[in-house]
Formats: sequence, structure tokens, C-alpha cells
Amino acid sequence: MNGGNRDLALWPIAASAGAHNTDHLVWAFTLVTLMLTVPIFVGFTIFSVIYRDGRPAHREYKEKKGRSEAIELSWMLIPFALTLAFFAWGARMFDIHRHPPANAITISAIGRQWMWKFQHPGGQAEINDLHVPTGQPVRITMISQDVIHALYLPALRIQMETLPGRYTELWFNADKPGTYRLYCSEYCGTDHSKMQGLLYVMKPGDYQAWLAHQGASQTLTAKGRQLFAANGCAGCHENGSTVRAPSLHGLFGQPVPMEAGGTVIADESYLRDKILDPDKNRIAGYKQLMPSFKGVLAEEDVVALVAYLRALGPKEEGASAEDAPDRSTATGDSTP
Amino acid sequence: MSPDGTATPPRQNLPATLRDPRPGRTTLGRPDDYLHAEHTLRSWLWTIDHKRIGILYLLSITFFFVFGAIAAGLIRLSLVVPDGQIFTNDTYNKLFTLHGVIMVWFFLIPSIPTTFGNFLLPIMIGAKEVAFPRLNRTSWYIFMAGALFTMADLVIGGVDTGWTFYAPFSTTFSNTYVLPALAGVIVVGFSSILTGLNFVVTVHTMRAPGMTWFRMPIFVWTMYAVSLIFLLATPVLTITLMLLVMERAFHIGVFDPALGGDPVLFEHMFWFYSHPAVYIMVLPGMGVISEIVPAFAQKKLFGYRFVAYASLGLASVTFLVWGHHMFVNGESETAAVAFSVLSFAVAVPSAVKVYNWTATIYKGSIKLDTPMLYAMAYIGLFVIGGLTGLFLATLSIDEHVHDTYFVVAHFHYIMVGGTALAFLGGLHYWWPKFTGRMYPEAWGRVSAFLGFIGFNATFFPQFLLGYMGMPRRYHNYPPEFQLLNVASSMGSLLLALGYLFPMIYLVWSLRYGKRASANPWLAKGLEWTTSSPPPAHNFDEQPVVDFEPYDYRDREARV
Repeated sequence: MNGGNRDLALWPIAASAGAHNTDHLVWAFTLVTLMLTVPIFVGFTIFSVIYRDGRPAHREYKEKKGRSEAIELSWMLIPFALTLAFFAWGARMFDIHRHPPANAITISAIGRQWMWKFQHPGGQAEINDLHVPTGQPVRITMISQDVIHALYLPALRIQMETLPGRYTELWFNADKPGTYRLYCSEYCGTDHSKMQGLLYVMKPGDYQAWLAHQGASQTLTAKGRQLFAANGCAGCHENGSTVRAPSLHGLFGQPVPMEAGGTVIADESYLRDKILDPDKNRIAGYKQLMPSFKGVLAEEDVVALVAYLRALGPKEEGASAEDAPDRSTATGDSTP
Repeated sequence: MSPDGTATPPRQNLPATLRDPRPGRTTLGRPDDYLHAEHTLRSWLWTIDHKRIGILYLLSITFFFVFGAIAAGLIRLSLVVPDGQIFTNDTYNKLFTLHGVIMVWFFLIPSIPTTFGNFLLPIMIGAKEVAFPRLNRTSWYIFMAGALFTMADLVIGGVDTGWTFYAPFSTTFSNTYVLPALAGVIVVGFSSILTGLNFVVTVHTMRAPGMTWFRMPIFVWTMYAVSLIFLLATPVLTITLMLLVMERAFHIGVFDPALGGDPVLFEHMFWFYSHPAVYIMVLPGMGVISEIVPAFAQKKLFGYRFVAYASLGLASVTFLVWGHHMFVNGESETAAVAFSVLSFAVAVPSAVKVYNWTATIYKGSIKLDTPMLYAMAYIGLFVIGGLTGLFLATLSIDEHVHDTYFVVAHFHYIMVGGTALAFLGGLHYWWPKFTGRMYPEAWGRVSAFLGFIGFNATFFPQFLLGYMGMPRRYHNYPPEFQLLNVASSMGSLLLALGYLFPMIYLVWSLRYGKRASANPWLAKGLEWTTSSPPPAHNFDEQPVVDFEPYDYRDREARV
């Protein structure tokens, strides 16, 4: 792969600062575990030579009161305390990996037996291979159409399971252009091991050129807007409709009050659920009238719709008062 | 030395300093032992003697092991080439499922508890039998019924879900014979539960006079801890697999989102059993090593009480760490952090045991016979397996190596390097007790070396493969991984020899081996005070325990 003959390589290339950080963590942890274990191996070897049966040796050994307890406690607590530092280090990185920065571009991934489909914000789609720019946080939201898959990018030291029925995500900021591998790492049936492709990390200019060269008929958001109109969503959710349905402008990322009390953040999974299974998570202050679009919309259509709703900005100034949700009822209902 | 001193010529030259609380008998001029009490096939199949049931289990799990090992050999064979030319992808998937299901449920989980546990637990606490001998026999029949059924299904029909049966693949998408495999595994679970129940009651009610809890050998402690896991965890597996059956057979939505279920729920329920199951495999191994190391160092086990408590500690904490299998599987961040730190806490009781074994041989009088070589191999592999477990418990490292060969290597170090080597070590250590014969020592040492070197040659390259990014369960892999895969496959040939030799020479020794004395290792523990093999009721007289565990002779005498 990248950089000449990799057949004899024993360590993977790191293509992001995060990947280097993981490598440093692994090396440091290896060093500490060697510190903890080499005494065991050395001890066993030395003892089995000098205390070999039949060999004269000083074997007198008195048990002093409290000494063995002190030894036991020290070799229980010292290794535990030492390793906890690595727990903290790993947890900190994990926390960063779970919170994509606001300026990340979003690429959507759909997994199915046995291929990946990636869609760029501009609508460019690719199968199994993925092109991403350097120096730019990239967030990949993913969903599976059938069984559990997992998107694994070893050069970035990161993977995430791709579940059916729910969005998961990962993000990274690659800094080393090159061609790397991507895999499905969760066993998904017959051709699991063929569900792999290449990850092209490109300089931003090359990435833009690639996007342009791909040419897309319409962006994901545009496709979503079209679906929004074609499936009659706009009929209820847009201004001036006769049915009182919540406006979706500026909804994304906001807390939504629930009929059962409490709030739910309107993220990708929430929007998908509302489209396919509107009876779940009933909203306070509204009658549940919306039909389910399960079986009507393909997974890719849902992805486009969600992208559209995500892009939908706050409501325009001067919108009519009727389509604003009845906040007083809403807050009243959400109070237990 | 013994009440009938004339009948014990091999023991007459023992040093007088050896404290021998319960004099044993030799095989000379003995009355019929448990092997020779009756000879018919019926007397074996209808036996309620815990020792004979232990031998039945030994034969059964060896049979299953051979099938699992052949599948492993075929897997390694097909991975010599990167593009999967030797088998089809479906055949490969069926092979690793067969390997996993058989090795986990029909070899590793029952291995030490049902063989050494059945045979030795009553003897070690000075009892004549287990608490429920007929239930014990029933357990074996349940085990055989379930295991043979599943194995026939796996060999004739084939199942391609992997031993983890992840939904919704196993419930909705797989076109193979998943239901019969699940049925058999569910049935085998009942055998585990009954064995666990039997051991718990036996330890509570059948101890000999004077055998207090803190005079029990560590092996008994680990059997007790394992039995608790059997009782508390196995029912969860039964429930989980029943739910899978209901979803697959009747489309009752539990795990498949298309039916309104949640696939992550399956992962939680499955690992709630299957993580403790790792300790079902590991704890008995620790118990065996805690017997072998003091015997071959002729020294009291260091920190006996700490090791006993550590066994129970492991059995408890192991119930709190299942979520570390799901750090990147849609688990919440809070849960992931909690499971990560709890997994680090498991390392502590494990560390205690390893350091205790090292401290035990300090100033001992060490003999490097086969069981001790296996024990040392075990300690080395267990340390590597355990510490790579800490790497996996570290959240951001797991994000990289989760579901790669790093994980495969890690759990093979624990399960094969740990359990299987402890099993072989224990088999050699107690072989004279089981059969009344000695195994050939030179062959034993050669096999222990082959096993250790072959194991490392097979599985160490897999750590590198995993960190390089090779996902597990991959039949087609990128060409840059071929070198390490070939190395691993060549190592597996050595490992295979390490398994094959004991199978041959142990059988050979049944007829040609030297007759064993009651206590060939000069070891302590009640099992060495009765004859080899023991009489049908274990002891001629009810033993009374007035000595501490691992009561090896005074050190001053050996300076």
C-alpha cells in the first residue's frame, strides 16, 4: 500500500494526529506492562535455577507477621494505580472521538450485505471506496440496511459499529494524504471479508477536484427537499398548512418536549424514528396524526431527508403564529 | 509410614522429615479400585461414582476437542493464501463457527470443572461422593445429548453465525441451521447449571471433619467460585438464546429492528453470560496451577487467603464488565467509561495470583517435571493474555483493535494458553491418581515445550496482524498480511504436535506406564493420601483434617 512495499511492515501507517496519539498510548502502556511482568519472568527463571531441587541453597524462610499482607497489598494496589493512568488517557481520547467538532463535514455511509455506500454532502456517491480531505474534520454518520456491520479505518485507528435502525457516527481529522484500507470489521455473513475498500486521503484541493470530477446531479440536501415535497411532508409541516404539525425549521439539535415528559434531542436517529415510526417518542402538545413512512422510503431516501432537515435553518422572520407549537401546553405536559 | 507398612515398599525410603498426615496405600496388593470395581460397559454408563463420571467427561471433551482442533487446522490452512482459494467463503464461515461453538461450549467451559472437578473435588474435601450423585450422572447425559446434537448439526448442516450468534444476522439473515445449534447449546447450559449446583452443595455440606473453609485447597475454592458463575450466569444465556429462537422461529421482535427490536440488547445479554464464561474457563486453570506450583516447589502457597479471596473477587467482578465488548457498538459514553474502569479492576485479583505463584517458588525446592513446565508456560501466556486484555479495556485502543486479530490473539492467550495448558498440566499432575500409571516423563517435557513454543508461534503474529488492522473472521485478506498469516499457520503445526503427543503417550501409558505410587510428587492434599487410583469410596477410613493446606515440610530441613 502507501509508500512502497508494505509486505514486510509490522506497524500500520498513522494518518492522523489521533492515530499517532493512539500509537503513543500503546507504546507507553507496553512499557509499563513490561515493567510489571519482566520481574515475574526473571523471578521464575532465576528461582528455578538457584532453588532447583537437590541444589544446595539457602532456603530458610521465616514468615514475619504482617509482612506478607504488606507485600500482597502493594502488588495489588501499585499495578492498579499505574494502569489507571492509562484508563484515564484512553477515556480522554475516547471522549474526544465521541464529540465531532461543529465545523466537520458530514459524509453518510450505508452498510448492506456486502458493500458500503458513501455519500458526500454534494451528493457524490461511491461504493466501498471513500475519499476524504486532509486538514478538515470529517464526520461519518452510518446506518445499516440489514445486519450489524462496522466501519473500520485502521490508518486512523478508529472504528464504529453500523447498526440497523439507528445512526451511529465517528469522526477524524486526517493529515497524511495516501491510500489506506477500510473494512467491515463486524462479521456480517458470507462475503464479510469482501466488504472492504480503499480510503483515499487527499489534499483539500485534490478532494475538491475529485468532487467536481465525480459530478453529482443534485446535493443530498436538494434530494431531501425534493423528497420532502414529493412525499407530502411539506403539506403539513410547512407554513400555511391546514393540519397543525410542528415546524421543522431549526429543529435539528434542539430539545423536543415529549408527551411522556422530559425532552429528547432532535438528532439524526430521532428524525429517522419520527419518519419511520412516528408513534414512538410522541411530542407534547401535538396529536399524533402522521403516518409511518416505513416501506415507502428507502434507507437512502431517509438519509437525504435527514440531511435536508439538518440543513433547514431557523424559521424565516414573520412566519405566521399558527404553526408555532403551543409552548404553554408543551411545557405543561412535560411537567410530571 | 503406613498402618500396613509391608505393603508400601516404594515409600520406605522417603525422608523422615516428610510430614504425611494421612498415610496412603500403594497399588500393590490393593483391593479393587474404582477402575476395577466393575468392568461392564453398563457399569460405566450407569455409574454414579463421581470419579467415573469425571473420566466419562474427560473422554467426551477430548472427543469434542479433536473436532474443534481439526476445524482450527483447516482455518489456518485456508489463511495461508490471502484470497481464500482453498474453501468457499461459506465453508470458511462454517468452519470458524464450528471451531468456536465446540471449543467454547463443549471443551473449554466444561473442561476442568467437569473432569478434574468431578474427580477431585469430593476427594480434596474428604468426601465419599458429590452431594447428588444421580444428578451428576444426569448432567453428563444432558451434556452429551446437547453437545452431540449441536455437533451433528454443525458438521452435517453447518452454521455460519460465529459462536457469538449476533442478531439480527442469526435471527433473520442467516440461511443455515441456526435453530438446532441453539437448541443444543441451551440444553448443554442445563448441564452446567446442575454441575454448579452439585458442587456448591457438596462444598457446603460434605466437607470432612476438620476441613474448614480455609483448609480447602485453592482448586476447591476456584471450583466453588466457578459453580457460582455457572448458577448465576448460565440462566441468562438460556434466556438470551431462547429469545433468539423465538425471533428466528416465530418472528417475535426482540433484537431485529425490522421487527421492532434492538440488536445491541442481544450483545448486552449475550456478554452478560459470555464474559463471566471467560472466568469459568480461567478460574479452574488458576486452581490447577495453585496446586501444581506448591507441589513442585515443595513450599506452601504464598498468600493462601488472598488467593482464595481473589477467586471469589474475580467471580464477582466478572459480572460487572460485560460492557467492554461494546465500546464501539452503540453503547453510551458513560457506560463505556464505567465498564472500562471496572475492567481494569479485574486485573487486580488476576495480578495477585500471578505474583503469588512467583513468590511461592522463592526459596522452594523446585522440580521441573512436566506439570511444572506446563504451569510455567501457563503463567507466561496468562500474563500476556491478561495484560493485552488491559489494552483492550482502554477505550481508545479498543476503538482501533476491536474485532481484529488482536482480540483473537488476546482471547486465545487466555483460553488456550491459559485454560488448555492448565488442563494439560493438571492432566499430567493427576494422571497417576486417575489411572494408577505414570506418563513417560521425557515425552511429557517435550510436549510441554512444543505446546508453549507452538502456541506463541501461532498466536503472537496475530497480535501484530490485529494492530496492523486485519479484522477477525476474514477469509479474504489484503496481501500485505500474508507473511504473518503464514507464520501463524506454521506455528499451529507445532502446536498440533504439542496436543497430539500427549494423546498418544497418555493412552500408551495406560498399559505400559510405570505403576504409580499413592503420592508420586510428594504433594500435599487429601487426594494424595488415598491410593492411586482411589478405591470406589475414595478413602478406606473417613479422613480427619488436622493440618493446614499446602503444609509442605519445614524449610530448615532442606537447606
